[in-house]
Amino acid sequence: MSQHRLDYLDQLESESIHIFREVAGQFERPALMFSGGKDSIVLVHLALKAFRPGKFPFPLLHIDTGHNFQEALDFRDTLANTIGEKLIVRNVADTIKEKNLTEQKGKFASRNALQTYTLLDTIEEFKFDACIGGARRDEEKARAKERIFSVRDEFGQWDPKLQRPELWNTYNGRIHKGENVRVFPISNWTELDIWNYIKRNEIELPSIYFAHDREVLEWQGQLVATSAFIQVDDTDKVAVKKVRYRTVGDMTCTAAVESTAANIDDIIKEIIATKTSERGETRIDDRVSEAAMEDRKKNGYF
Amino acid sequence: MDILRFITAGSVDDGKSTLIGRLLYDSKSIMIDQLEAIEKQSKNKEDGEIDLALLTDGLRAEREQGITIDVAYKYFSTPKRKFIIADAPGHTQYTRNMVTGASNSDLAIILVDARNGVVEQTRRHSIIASLLNIPHVVVAINKMDLVNNSEDIYNNIVIDYAAVATSLGLKDIKYIPISAINGDNIVEKSPVFHWYQGESLLHILENVEVANDINYTDARFPVQYVIRPQTEALHDYRGYAGKVVSGIYKVGDKITVQPAGVESTISAIEIGGKQVTEAFAPQSVVLHLSDDIDISRGDIIVQKDNQPSVENELDVLLCWMGNKPLIAGNKYLLQINSRVTRAVVKEIEYKLDVNSLLKELAPEQAGLNDIVKVKIKTATPIPFDSYKKLRVNGGAILIDETSNVTVGACMIQ
Repeated sequence: MSQHRLDYLDQLESESIHIFREVAGQFERPALMFSGGKDSIVLVHLALKAFRPGKFPFPLLHIDTGHNFQEALDFRDTLANTIGEKLIVRNVADTIKEKNLTEQKGKFASRNALQTYTLLDTIEEFKFDACIGGARRDEEKARAKERIFSVRDEFGQWDPKLQRPELWNTYNGRIHKGENVRVFPISNWTELDIWNYIKRNEIELPSIYFAHDREVLEWQGQLVATSAFIQVDDTDKVAVKKVRYRTVGDMTCTAAVESTAANIDDIIKEIIATKTSERGETRIDDRVSEAAMEDRKKNGYF
Repeated sequence: MDILRFITAGSVDDGKSTLIGRLLYDSKSIMIDQLEAIEKQSKNKEDGEIDLALLTDGLRAEREQGITIDVAYKYFSTPKRKFIIADAPGHTQYTRNMVTGASNSDLAIILVDARNGVVEQTRRHSIIASLLNIPHVVVAINKMDLVNNSEDIYNNIVIDYAAVATSLGLKDIKYIPISAINGDNIVEKSPVFHWYQGESLLHILENVEVANDINYTDARFPVQYVIRPQTEALHDYRGYAGKVVSGIYKVGDKITVQPAGVESTISAIEIGGKQVTEAFAPQSVVLHLSDDIDISRGDIIVQKDNQPSVENELDVLLCWMGNKPLIAGNKYLLQINSRVTRAVVKEIEYKLDVNSLLKELAPEQAGLNDIVKVKIKTATPIPFDSYKKLRVNGGAILIDETSNVTVGACMIQ
């Protein structure tokens, strides 16, 4: 039966497609969270495999903090256009204005916490009952404990002690009015799996994932791009370096890594050799405390 | 390169978290920043050594209380395999969590403390492994360093466990002496067990044959979603999207759609938009049939000459996972693959003592973590196979319609 063996990427792909179709079968109004980052780009490709030649049974949704990399935003718009699917964008800046929210202050003032407000408002606006996201369990300790179908209350809150047992490949997406489910089709993929999948399927990515020259400042050993969103002080060491991004989040809380990797093969080599985890190397927001992600999730974050 | 999903069964005291930490650490799956984080925490503790167990404690609440709340999933890979570990906690809610983790596992590592040998808990873990039909079992006899790496002690435990395994009908069992804390026999074979003839734990995990566990004989295709573009160019396109959970389908195969019993022929198969001539488990595909028949989510497409049972009275071994007790006569929703139907638990025949295998006949109710044999009646006939024969079409969940919570794991007999 050797001709009937799937390798690990085919198995992961099939599992993710199955999850996508469960969402389509179980929910009335799902949405696919799409930021233009590599994980959400892989989600879009999996959705194409799950539903073509039909249309997606959901729109793409981006909660734009206003602090994103322009390259990722351009990529987001181009991809949505190319595949002819609807893209909904809601801006954190609008929520801040409407709700009179207070922005963080300081050097790397982030809208990371505020985007949860916009997300919950958008869920209410469109009555979304399921939001599909690209979180992976290998990213972070709190994520390692979350279900593939993760039920959130009307405040979007995750309660790790009240999770539904998830058995076999049977997903229980039944919810009460006002609740919603966060669905994570690539839960079982690792960072390296994502890159190997991108390579095998020749998936295009925004240019910032590949080595390029960029003006950065060094902060506690991390390289943060200079931009209008962060405060550069006279004492900061600013220099142009050859960097790439390993993750793409807000410019205020995503760090670049020094690299000369200009193509997927070189990136994969670097990731195999790296001694630092993806979020540890590139996310300033997780460093706040040991339980930063756990706390954000409990408050409705993805 | 393929995937091995395994569960580790044991309590904190057996060194389960240390074993997982050791596997991740020695296979170089731990990154420096993660190690620094646990080093920092280890210093808060007394002995000053890096506590590898901290790698698996995810949530703050757990670290504070020194317990594990829930099943956590961990990942590592070697050039041979990708590994997915379901790490289930060892305290009171153990049955529910181990059943959850075991439901998707190809292999169970059952940890035995060499000082204590086969104890009640070892039996409980083994019973669950057998009920959930996990194809492979590795009995890891840990803390050998605390019994002077004694071959005699190891051999006695192997003899004791073999008796348990025989009574449960467990197949493919391997034994290995280890010291998780010292890393002996985890990644490399250790000279301290010079008398041990087998391979290291990682070597066993890398080489256990799992492709043969897939059933290629009894083809089952639960329909998840119907793709109907309804555009001008694709006016008549009607594709049935789903996963081949077992077996093989070829273009031209005569099929039956259950539970309606309608027959047709496979006219085309697509994978990711490409036409293929056959599909096999566990591929996600789109099937096309030559006849325009009414098929919707929850139906199952099977080979005409290989049918599942289609019945509305089921004998079920049930692991109860609800906080509220199960009472005979209560109604629930039963979900098997993509099919959901109303169901009533008619009768609790017996409750199984997971420590002794003794049966308590006709109990009035069942509580959280109980395993009971029940009779379930469904509102409409459902297509299923016996769990023992075909895990992927014999496992179902019960959902409380009022709370929407998953309250039971059904293994249909």
